[in-house]
Amino acid sequence: MLKKIAFVAALAATAALASPVVAADYPERDVTYIIPFNAGGESDVTARLQDAPFRSLTGKGFVIQYQPGAGGAAAWSQLNGLSDDGYTIMGINLPHLFLQPMSGQVGYKTEDITVVNVFQLTPHALLVNADSPIKTLDDYIAAAKQAPGATTVAGTGSNTANQVAQETFDQAAGITTTYVPFTGTAATTAALLGNQVSAQWGFTTVAVEQADKVRMLGVALDERHPLFPDVPTFKEKGIDLVGGAHRGVAVPKGTPEETRQAISDIFTKINQDPAFKQKMDEGGYILLDLGYEDMDKFMSDLGAEYVAVGKALGLVK
Amino acid sequence: MTLIENLLNALTPLNLVLAIGGVVAGTVVGALPGLTATMAVAVLTPLTFTMAPDSAMIALGAIYTGAIYGGCYSAILVNTPGTPSAIATTFDGFPMAKRGDGDLALTLANLASVCGGLVGALGLLLLAPPLAEVALAFGPVEYFWLAMLGLTLVAGLSRGSLVKGLIGCAIGLLISMVGTAVVGGDARYTFGTPLLLGGINIVVALIGLFCVPVLIDLVATPDEHLQVSDEVRGYRLREALGIAWARRWNLLRSSVIGTVIGILPAAGGAIASLIAYGEARRSSRTPELFGKGAPDGIIASESANNATVGGGFIPTLTLGIPGTPADAIILGALLVHGVRTGPNLFSEQSAIVYTFMFGLILSTVLMLPIGLVLGRYAYKSIIAVPKTVLAPAIALLTIVGTYAIHNSIGEVWLMLALGVLGWVLNRADVPPAPIVLGVVLGPIAEQGFVQAWLIGNATQNVAGMFFGRPISLAIIAAVLLVLLYPLLSRRRPRGSEAE
Repeated sequence: MLKKIAFVAALAATAALASPVVAADYPERDVTYIIPFNAGGESDVTARLQDAPFRSLTGKGFVIQYQPGAGGAAAWSQLNGLSDDGYTIMGINLPHLFLQPMSGQVGYKTEDITVVNVFQLTPHALLVNADSPIKTLDDYIAAAKQAPGATTVAGTGSNTANQVAQETFDQAAGITTTYVPFTGTAATTAALLGNQVSAQWGFTTVAVEQADKVRMLGVALDERHPLFPDVPTFKEKGIDLVGGAHRGVAVPKGTPEETRQAISDIFTKINQDPAFKQKMDEGGYILLDLGYEDMDKFMSDLGAEYVAVGKALGLVK
Repeated sequence: MTLIENLLNALTPLNLVLAIGGVVAGTVVGALPGLTATMAVAVLTPLTFTMAPDSAMIALGAIYTGAIYGGCYSAILVNTPGTPSAIATTFDGFPMAKRGDGDLALTLANLASVCGGLVGALGLLLLAPPLAEVALAFGPVEYFWLAMLGLTLVAGLSRGSLVKGLIGCAIGLLISMVGTAVVGGDARYTFGTPLLLGGINIVVALIGLFCVPVLIDLVATPDEHLQVSDEVRGYRLREALGIAWARRWNLLRSSVIGTVIGILPAAGGAIASLIAYGEARRSSRTPELFGKGAPDGIIASESANNATVGGGFIPTLTLGIPGTPADAIILGALLVHGVRTGPNLFSEQSAIVYTFMFGLILSTVLMLPIGLVLGRYAYKSIIAVPKTVLAPAIALLTIVGTYAIHNSIGEVWLMLALGVLGWVLNRADVPPAPIVLGVVLGPIAEQGFVQAWLIGNATQNVAGMFFGRPISLAIIAAVLLVLLYPLLSRRRPRGSEAE
């Protein structure tokens, strides 16, 4: 999938250079940026760090608001009722937008959300405690094969990105593990550090934060992560698991086409800001340049993947 | 930099102003029902982005500690916990205020909060790395047993009939199950509405169950809201100091309980104050006075909840794992400032960390005069305002406060519905306290149990999981002690009773 991403990213870069700036006067005032989670999370930290380059690019700022609830669904279900003049934008997360509507009445459908730019990815990562006897991905698979189900893996919540990773990995590797859901990354990571579980499905960001307290066995990227050159990708081991949690922005559905494009172009340019890029790289985030023009294809491709995942999880009959 | 320099750095005029401003702002926000300490920190965090990292941390710590303290005002004066951490403060705080001792209750809460805050902050300053291990030693099964220990308090919170208390607790447990289950992801009792999918927010339940019945009684009975004595009694500080000194062991024990429970990432101020309250009641020679305005109850609850502030920062700063939701926000704010917490923080950025710790101690000490003055002002306003103004003002606050949680009008209706339910149950002698006990402890008990079961089942040792771990056994022993203590103490002559 990263190859696809690289391709569309190249397209996006060309498009950004070639397209005339349509809504040249956007933004004329500060933009309200709604984060559908509590302050302090990865979405919030990213938005806060995007604010500085946004100011230097446009001369205007973000007004960041929080609307947490129901894992983001509380905000997303309200998105299309908000003012659609381009001055209200909302953070979005994938696979949340795919998996939530599959699992029940959440007040919105995936196709209701007009995503204009997806700017970052935190790749799935399989982690063990630094003093675990499991040293490599091969050890992990061997242990799970030897005693099916006896390997316990912590993750955040049910029907979430973490469980998708566990489910997909186990199927591809032909193993059975026991997924133990916790509330929030803090409790999940504490369970791993305290050796309550044998492993954790998380993101590369957890490995960065916990540094030498954890060992990352593998990462769901096409190529090795620049911060972790010694950690193999799952692909190297013949396991087809590439992906993670994507973040981006969406607008209410009545927002004019040229404004959507203008917003998307600004976020693409923010990703090129050296100071912003450095902070994101250090945090373990992967920056993506998926602009508005790439969105239809990106969302439908990823959506198709998640329908398959939803079937595996029993969400889609 | 030496520790003295870090201390002096915390005492710069700017940092002092920030600490004072933070404590005042936090206390006011915390006192308003619906606006929790987490929200106070979230709302005021953006203001700190223009500051230097150490000043920002001092401001955030001050806001947080002030907000946890501020929750006691509405708990004592209108029987509505301003934050979930102040739930147990209502049990004895409101009865005290009702009988005319509201001023004394507020001063006691202030002293207890300052004391608890200091114990927590000193734990953070002196013992953070070893105490952080507590956060890791606590697995799912320990959380489960801790919740069981909390639930034993139901006997103490029942009004007369234990059966009715258990009914209330069961209703609370059912309320806590509404929404998407963490384990399994099933939507439970949502009746197909998106509103209930995220579950019933604890603050919505608190405002409904505690505040609405008070409002209904306020307009339905001719009595004054609080009894007031005519004599001018000031802060009653000397009297409060005497009471607190006589209960110094309770103060110390509750502060330690608060610090330790604050360290646990999945627990928090609400659970800390409930457990401390239960322990204070168990070890008291006069447990029958609890719930009727016993100073011990306020001391236990308020010292424990403020101790969770320092306690919560222990895993936040040493492990990079936030001890409470408010700590998660502060952690995020630090990332924006370029301060990376976690294993390396103490070595690489120790100047900021120690400045912050001294700042937290400073804020806690400042809470003493600030809290006394603000508390006096709050008390005077509540008793001076006629009922005809007080009732609509509180009613408006409940609605605004509920709406502010998620900007959801649906949750306002939910709050009102729970309020009517709470009033009806209260008339039937099912008080709100055991219901809320169930709401608070339900998720921890359930998740702990299912996670422990999953892990135990995977390793084919379910029994060993539940009954074979040292910390679990200690908590089980405490549960048994609480349950059997009344029987044991009845048999022994009163004189030989050990504390």
